[in-house]
Amino acid sequence: MSEHDPALLSAEIDIRGLTKIFGEGATAVTAISKADLDLDRGAFISLLGPSGCGKTTLLRIVAGLEAPTEGSVSIRGLPVWRGRKRSRKATRPVSMMFQEARLFPWYSVAENVALPLRITGASNADRMARAREICATVGLKGFEDHRPAQLSGGMRQRASLARALVTDPQVLLLDEPFGALDAMTRDTLNLGLMEVCARARVTTILVTHSIAEAAFLSDRVIVLAPRPARITNVVDIPFARPRTLDLQRSTAFQDIVADLRTQLMEGHDA
Amino acid sequence: MPRSANFWRIALPAIAVVVFLVGWSVYVRTAEVSAFVLPPPEAIAVALGHLILDPNLWYHARITVTEAVSGFVIAVTLGTVLGFLMARFPPVEWAAKPFIVLLQLVPKIALAPLFILWFGFGLESKIVIAAALAFFPVFSNALIAFKSVDPGDSDVMTMLQANAAQRFVMLELPNALPVVLTGMEVSVVMSMIGAIVGEFIGGSEGLGYLAVKYLQELSVPNLFAVVVVLTLVGLCLYLLIGRLRAWLAPWHASSTGSH
Repeated sequence: MSEHDPALLSAEIDIRGLTKIFGEGATAVTAISKADLDLDRGAFISLLGPSGCGKTTLLRIVAGLEAPTEGSVSIRGLPVWRGRKRSRKATRPVSMMFQEARLFPWYSVAENVALPLRITGASNADRMARAREICATVGLKGFEDHRPAQLSGGMRQRASLARALVTDPQVLLLDEPFGALDAMTRDTLNLGLMEVCARARVTTILVTHSIAEAAFLSDRVIVLAPRPARITNVVDIPFARPRTLDLQRSTAFQDIVADLRTQLMEGHDA
Repeated sequence: MPRSANFWRIALPAIAVVVFLVGWSVYVRTAEVSAFVLPPPEAIAVALGHLILDPNLWYHARITVTEAVSGFVIAVTLGTVLGFLMARFPPVEWAAKPFIVLLQLVPKIALAPLFILWFGFGLESKIVIAAALAFFPVFSNALIAFKSVDPGDSDVMTMLQANAAQRFVMLELPNALPVVLTGMEVSVVMSMIGAIVGEFIGGSEGLGYLAVKYLQELSVPNLFAVVVVLTLVGLCLYLLIGRLRAWLAPWHASSTGSH
């Protein structure tokens, strides 16, 4: 690695003055207003807020799916946006998970998981071997040859997680991926997610409206408020890692949750 | 009880068909309908038996199937390609729209004599008529199918840095297939109609020609028998599309059959 590698000099993800306005004139809606944020390598942050606070829009701009109106996003020193054009190079180390599993019904579970490798040109044998390996680590052993329609919602999100991890991403963007699952499945998947992120030092941004989930998973929670959409507060979560589910029963954790709730309410009333 | 339900599922349609045929036969005999106008089913069965053993029938059937299938293949190819281009490149749709709307409104059957004039009395004119009739069901389904890619699925491909060809092969084409196949089911029937109408109008070959010939000879049981053969040919083609669907789109609800 050269000394001038931009990844060594700057933050892993750098967001500066990010503004997104949908529409024009009288009907224009400000989805994000002048957001600043930076993440070091391996950081796990959550964007917490009610619906309509622009948290998904912010994530989609970082992912390169939605062009910003103003401001900049850089990943490992490379700008994601040049005007309204997304940079493939900057977004290459990024994986994203969506609210829905978004598996393709015409492929088996393993083929879905292997899809990112197929696109990068890996040989059939290599990518299927790697897909089966990663399926086993997310608890999908024995389901590799099933079609997505044959899986439960939780199993589908496991497959979606496997697809996001198969490329060994350096940045993980999560848009409420486990929001529709039952509490127990959600806990299991969150624990697995934390372990993977910590082991590979993956930089992660999670969009969620669950206060407890944000507090449990994150190093930092970014609290957003709607109308006008803006960042109202940044809360550091001091708990050591690895964290276990027992943490959620501690008084310190409850205090943080209560604090976050108060801040959410204040932002909402403003 | 599932077992008796299964029994009636098979028995009821069989009984209905038998009642219909017996009723038809009794009606022809008792109502003194001329056998020229409406022969009884057993006369048609006898005519059909003779016809099937006649190699001449299979010669004509082969002609009609060739015309219909060629027209169908042309229609499916053109319809899918044009549907994709118009869905993918809006300017293509803007430019082609007036022609598409006009052609959709023209009764294609009315163009059949024109095609005979342009392409002669041979197979070519019938293939063109079959293709003209079969084109729109595939085309309009393909247009809708290629337009209806879920933006969320498209986002997945964007995040995976897929290029246009990969998007087409891994998302757009498989996503469109079930709807295109539904269009093909309608088209295959239309292409048979096109081929037969073409043979009615001009030519000396094919099952449509044979039907007209039997009408002129006032051989009505034979005419009915030709219609039965045409129906069976149409059924075979339709079932073939079903097999194609099970092969190409096995994941889709339309392939798992109706229960």
